[in-house]
Amino acid sequence: MKPPPFEYFAPTSVDEALAHLTKYGYDAKPLAGGQSLIPMMNFRLAQPSVLVDLNNISELAYIRPGESGGVSLGAMIRHKTVGSDSLIVDRFPLVHEAIKNIGTPQIRTRGTFGGSLSHADPSAELVTISVVLNGQFRLLSQQGERWVHANEFFTGSFSSILEPDELLVEIKLPVLPEHSGWSLQEVARRHNDFALMGVAATVELDGDGSCKQARMVFMSAGDRPMESLQAEEILKGQKPSLELFQAVSEKASTSDIDPGGDIHASKEFRVHLAKVLSQRALQEAFNRAREN
Amino acid sequence: MAKKFIGERVRRNEDARLLTGQALFVDDIEIPGMLHAAFKRSDYAHARILSINVSAARDLPGVHAVYTAADMGEDWAPGPPLVSPPPSVKDVTFYSRRQAPLVKDVIRHAGETLAVVIAESRYIAEDAVDEILVEYDPLPVVSDLEKALSADSPLVHDDLESNLAAHLNQQKGDYESAKKQADVVIQRRFHLDRGAAVAMENRGIVAHWDEKAKQLTIWDTTQAPIPIRNGTASRLGLSENQVRVIAPFIGGAFGPKMMMFYPEEMLIPWVSVQLCRPIKWIEDRRENFYATTSEREQVHEVEIALTKDGHILGLKDDFLHDTGAFDPYGLTLPLNTQCHLMGPYNIPNFSSQCTAVFTNKPIVTPVRGAGRQQGIYIIERMLDISAAELSIDPTVIRKMNFIPPDAFPFNNTIVDQAFTPLILDSGNFVAVFEKAAEMIGYEKFVKEEQPRLRASGKHVGIALTPFIETTGVGPYEGARVQIETNGKVNVVTGYGTQGQGHFTMLAQIVSEQLGVAVQNVRVVTGDTAEFHWGTGTFASRGAVVMGNAVHAAASGVRKKVLKLASKVLSTPEEELELVDGVVRIADVPDRSISLGELSGLANPLRGAVDPGFEPGLESTDYFGPQSGTTASGCHGMILEVDPETMMVEIKRYVAVEDCGRVINPLIVEGQIHGGVSMGLGNAYYEKLQFDEDGQILNASLADYLIVTSREMPKKVETGHWETLSPLNQLGSKGVGEAGAIPVPALFAQALQNALFDHKFEILETPLSPNRLFELLQAS
Amino acid sequence: MDNLFNLSITVNGVLYERQVEPRLLLSDFLRHDLGLTGTHVGCEHGVCGACTIQFDSQPARSCLMFAVMAHGHRITTVEGLGTLEKLHPLQEAFKEEHGLQCGFCTPGFLTTLTSFLEENPDPTEEEIREAVSGNLCRCTGYQHIIGSVKLAAEKMRTN
Repeated sequence: MKPPPFEYFAPTSVDEALAHLTKYGYDAKPLAGGQSLIPMMNFRLAQPSVLVDLNNISELAYIRPGESGGVSLGAMIRHKTVGSDSLIVDRFPLVHEAIKNIGTPQIRTRGTFGGSLSHADPSAELVTISVVLNGQFRLLSQQGERWVHANEFFTGSFSSILEPDELLVEIKLPVLPEHSGWSLQEVARRHNDFALMGVAATVELDGDGSCKQARMVFMSAGDRPMESLQAEEILKGQKPSLELFQAVSEKASTSDIDPGGDIHASKEFRVHLAKVLSQRALQEAFNRAREN
Repeated sequence: MAKKFIGERVRRNEDARLLTGQALFVDDIEIPGMLHAAFKRSDYAHARILSINVSAARDLPGVHAVYTAADMGEDWAPGPPLVSPPPSVKDVTFYSRRQAPLVKDVIRHAGETLAVVIAESRYIAEDAVDEILVEYDPLPVVSDLEKALSADSPLVHDDLESNLAAHLNQQKGDYESAKKQADVVIQRRFHLDRGAAVAMENRGIVAHWDEKAKQLTIWDTTQAPIPIRNGTASRLGLSENQVRVIAPFIGGAFGPKMMMFYPEEMLIPWVSVQLCRPIKWIEDRRENFYATTSEREQVHEVEIALTKDGHILGLKDDFLHDTGAFDPYGLTLPLNTQCHLMGPYNIPNFSSQCTAVFTNKPIVTPVRGAGRQQGIYIIERMLDISAAELSIDPTVIRKMNFIPPDAFPFNNTIVDQAFTPLILDSGNFVAVFEKAAEMIGYEKFVKEEQPRLRASGKHVGIALTPFIETTGVGPYEGARVQIETNGKVNVVTGYGTQGQGHFTMLAQIVSEQLGVAVQNVRVVTGDTAEFHWGTGTFASRGAVVMGNAVHAAASGVRKKVLKLASKVLSTPEEELELVDGVVRIADVPDRSISLGELSGLANPLRGAVDPGFEPGLESTDYFGPQSGTTASGCHGMILEVDPETMMVEIKRYVAVEDCGRVINPLIVEGQIHGGVSMGLGNAYYEKLQFDEDGQILNASLADYLIVTSREMPKKVETGHWETLSPLNQLGSKGVGEAGAIPVPALFAQALQNALFDHKFEILETPLSPNRLFELLQAS
Repeated sequence: MDNLFNLSITVNGVLYERQVEPRLLLSDFLRHDLGLTGTHVGCEHGVCGACTIQFDSQPARSCLMFAVMAHGHRITTVEGLGTLEKLHPLQEAFKEEHGLQCGFCTPGFLTTLTSFLEENPDPTEEEIREAVSGNLCRCTGYQHIIGSVKLAAEKMRTN
């Protein structure tokens, strides 16, 4: 399973990389961690004629505190680095949890935050949580830069809003407000496999313990991260209860998602899991919120 | 006092090389001038080849040759049948159809080889494969076992009248009469499905035809170097002595590397002779799913006849067996299934018809368990179902039906894979069962823990599954043992090794006879230039057949040592002992001679020798068992299932095995652990999935799910029971496959037990979370 | 052959300079260009872990890396961990605890684990299982591998 031939560039600056992407357009593919792209090339399912290796662009790998307690991540930051960073561990527990669930240890030493997002796999943890956390992405090309909300970035299965001459260079994640709770629930065949179904939820409580705001986004539930707008509506202003969670999970799993079936799970099973997991996610998120 | 080696947890001789990356595997071979092969494989499971255009491929820079079937001319021939049907079974129908090196006209399974490219590198070879244009005329695909036998089914082999590959009928006693006497007759239908071996190392061959020396050397990941040598010599019109086959270190095999002759094994040596260059072909993982054999698909219609207190009067099982597109392996698999349907139980009446069916799927040959898993699954599920229907405890119904320990040898009369009657040689099934029950704390769990856990809402289940395993089959193996003048011992066999610790296990047997430290016994396996008689590593026969051959050869050397030393030390043989590399007068350490020195004396450089003289301290011997041994065991499991997510966690796992004399307990444990991990895969993770076009839907390790460190239970607790086999000197049985055999049945039982509040029956394996969801929804 | 890249790479402490095609996988480069055949290839799609090496001390799958991506970096393979004369304590522990059978997956485990133990000298069983969850073994069922790591951790702590 050897890849077909390609032309290779290893720029050391973002500008250099963008110049290659502009020149070669659709024929070129940026190479980040390679943990998703290279297997596809070995299978000859992907056959880019030009690879632009981003791994030597040190200016793209960083974790910096952002405004108002948020965080700014350079696209080439490795999963392992994110997972062990003290700022992330302290202030971004949902990111920390998501990183733990990504693949295997070896994948996490090479895989990158920006690479995972650009790959736009609706089963990927970072794709899902970047939406639930209201992430913002900075895209850069020779034309200039633009900021895109996470929920606009993903346009379909393995496709994003990125133009062929564009790179995702930075991800900004706001910190969760006070009195917030979060949960990440996943079911997979084996511990390290892609989720058959998963859900990331955040809730913010009001002074009286009712739900001020909630976000719920499903993974492996459609051709992109599926946000349950209906569920979020129902939860607003409500006091947490088992009946509430049951009602919300019923609604979310039947109306807000559109999972497919494959050899690992049928559509029916996925819908069922969505219901089960969203209920558990809400329970856990509210419990965490109360503890805060 | 002589030191004991057999039964000791000796650390392995071979480990240092493997640990430091210094062990030779087939893909490590580099020969100057070596070229690389890649195959064009069929995209269709059933099609006629209208044309193959290789001109663009041939023109690619770096490509040396491209061959199709037409290019082979008269050298093209299908592979030989490996195993014929047993002559001793009456009324056997068997249609032999074998695979070809390259397909000539009709493709019969996806992945069949259509052309081979020989190039400077594998990279270029794959580029050239992409340039090969094949015009297919697709034909309807036979993929469903039952539909394959319907009158209007398309034919896999159109020179036959149907897709029937084989039919055999085995009877014991009179089932129909027994049925009439029964209080209860229970019928069920079971569907069992395919799993693959997935050794970490894919297959590979390097063939080197030396035109000047007229010598062919082949490195092959085979479990059977000697038959490969003989068959290759025959196919190429060479003398057996001109062909050397080496099976170096092999990265796991589990059965499919025993299959011969794979198309690549027929083709690559031939190419080397054509081009007079060394040729290397290494299978990649995607190829492996199509091109390496797999097994386990069967459909069973079962009937059990019992008295109301649970005694089995008779068992009937008519089943279909998927043999894939060809059947080089004869009836080994279905015979194994039939021979394990009665399990460890006393079943006086038995009837089983097996119909093997051709399908447009890859070839079926043994994978760890080799058909036994299916037989054990059936009987164990039927006993669970019977126990439920008769309101008898599942452990009680088993104990009352076990063959008692004083009933051996127990003749089940039907014929087994070795063509001999199924005679269980020894065992104590009750004791093994009770030991497993005790280890897992069965009574306490069922009476106290389970009710408590259930009351708190947990779904926990317990299961105990006993089993037998016929092992140690013939025909024979051989070994040569020699003491060198440096005092070290050489052991040579033609038998291959794939991780089972033969380098150490066989050394221990020799050390026991010769008193030499295990580290000073050098074992050579799998090189036909060193030893060229024998069959191969399969059917858990290593410790039995090879072990006893080595034992016999080592005993032969021991006799020579004593005879010569007796002369040299002027002492009667009975007073001598072999300890720490010397022969000495028992308890008189300073009257001794080292084995090395003795070996020098045994090979004089001058003078005359007596008639009948054999030089050195060397002996060659063989062992051929009259019939196979019977290993047995019992596994127990406690699992918890989340009935909402279908996720399963194994809380406890015990494995009691009786493999007769244990030569190295450390190695036996390892075999059990590995077998259990494979069995668990077969129970809940692994299923080779085909669509109706005969395509494999999960031909990658991302989708064919091998159990990782996080799916295994924390501890597989092993227990031993030892009933020595009366069939060989060592008293050993085999254990290579035991770990995998009972697991699917065990898992089904534990899962049903855990989900006691759902009305459903598990009548299939492998399961999956999705399938469990469907079963629960339907209940 | 055009399109060759001048590769400069340090493997087990030795600097190598070679001209390679960009598509040459690091696994193939190590095994066939450098003759370091201890690193094994099991799947070429990043699942089995047999090809794991250390890239700047971090375990990475060499089948998911082109050799050119390692230009200027330090690679450690199993051959760099220990020798027949002097085994690494982890290798000794594997031998002691029967942590290998066919040995094909073993180099990938060793490179993963030496790095892991350096960062986690006193791991729990759960942490060890997690650390090797990206390495498939078809022979051992993992139990003795876990045992080997526990023994090695103990040995390495007391030294």
